[in-house]
Amino acid sequence: MTLFTAFIAVIRRDLLLAYRHRADLINPLAFFVMVVTLFPLALGAEPLLLKRIAPAIIWVAALLASLLSMESLFRSDFEDGSLELMVMSPHPLSLLVLAKIIAHWLLSSMPLLLMTPFIATMLGMDADVMLVLLVTLLLGMPVLSLIGAIAVALTLGLRKGGALLAVLVLPLYVPMLIFASGAVDAAMSGLPIGGHLSMLAAILCLTLTLTPWATAVALKMSLS
Amino acid sequence: MSEFTLEARQLACQRDDRVLFSGLNFHLYSGQILLIEGVNGAGKTSLLRILTGLRQPDEGELFWNAQALDDLGAAFYQDVTYIGHSNGLKDTLTAQENLRYVQALATPALSIDESLQQVHLNGYQDTLVRYLSAGQRRRLALARLLCTHKTLWILDEPFTSLDRVSIQLIEQLMTAHVKQGGMVIMTSHHETHLPATLVQKIELRR
Repeated sequence: MTLFTAFIAVIRRDLLLAYRHRADLINPLAFFVMVVTLFPLALGAEPLLLKRIAPAIIWVAALLASLLSMESLFRSDFEDGSLELMVMSPHPLSLLVLAKIIAHWLLSSMPLLLMTPFIATMLGMDADVMLVLLVTLLLGMPVLSLIGAIAVALTLGLRKGGALLAVLVLPLYVPMLIFASGAVDAAMSGLPIGGHLSMLAAILCLTLTLTPWATAVALKMSLS
Repeated sequence: MSEFTLEARQLACQRDDRVLFSGLNFHLYSGQILLIEGVNGAGKTSLLRILTGLRQPDEGELFWNAQALDDLGAAFYQDVTYIGHSNGLKDTLTAQENLRYVQALATPALSIDESLQQVHLNGYQDTLVRYLSAGQRRRLALARLLCTHKTLWILDEPFTSLDRVSIQLIEQLMTAHVKQGGMVIMTSHHETHLPATLVQKIELRR
């Protein structure tokens, strides 16, 4: 079969599996909503302060929520042996890995993106700032999945990779977080945001081309 | 029909500083079955994983059709399939969905319905793997061999949890595959009833 068929088959299978485990999809979303809701409660009656820090709250919550669902990317495939099947396919492993990451991105980021307008409104964010926030999330969330995949692949062999995963991955998320919050900050003060968004897009291109390859190597190492 | 060969030169494998085997040489040609025997912990599974290319040998080299495995890379997997201890099936997908995924990653041979029929699982197309018994799962995993076109089958304990009838069935399928120019490498604790003329044996001793 062609590479394209295999690529689509991997995405289809992961989406189908997620549909069969619908409950697991809710968890990161509920976590995201909960974390964001805790801030107004903890801050007290400070609507202006809340409005000021809302983008940061949403970004950090989205980052942690994505980390929560990260482990599932390869873990169950590793445990039931279907990862070997994928590694032993004649197609380039890095592209099949990319297919898996795309499926993971669709499943972990889309619900969060859809929920963000409601959450942002709840925190009193202005519509134009929210739009910028959504664009940064759209550009940044794939980066979370792409970088996370390397760390997941590296920690597969460990029984409890969860905490190590966070330690490995969170520092790598920092550049993206800086440019994303920079863009939203600039939008809030009415400054041009083009530069920040270009940097985000550049980070996305860089990770999109390099990380699947690194993930494939890490997977082979974990399996040997 | 083109001839295939797998050659091992001076293979060695260590685990935790313990040498499992060393200086292992063999040639395997189309139409042959290689049976790897040995007590528990002798390194049978390690050897199989080396032969699949998933694990690097500590010493020695492997050649597929006189080309080194390291140079072949993913092209080797055009011809090779491996079924390990775990079946590589998804519990929450149906038998058909599992095989469809397998076919998409390789060159399809028999149709899914035909493959299921061959391993006596006809009628289980739309059953979730979760509801299959251990023996049925093993047979479904072995159906992967039939629904894709691969020359070399590498099987780790293929007869685990199979009853006598199923073992006989799988042995027939293996014999048929080998007679069509295929190759099989397997480990087994069970007494096998494969035609002796086709079988080569390697015994790993500690």
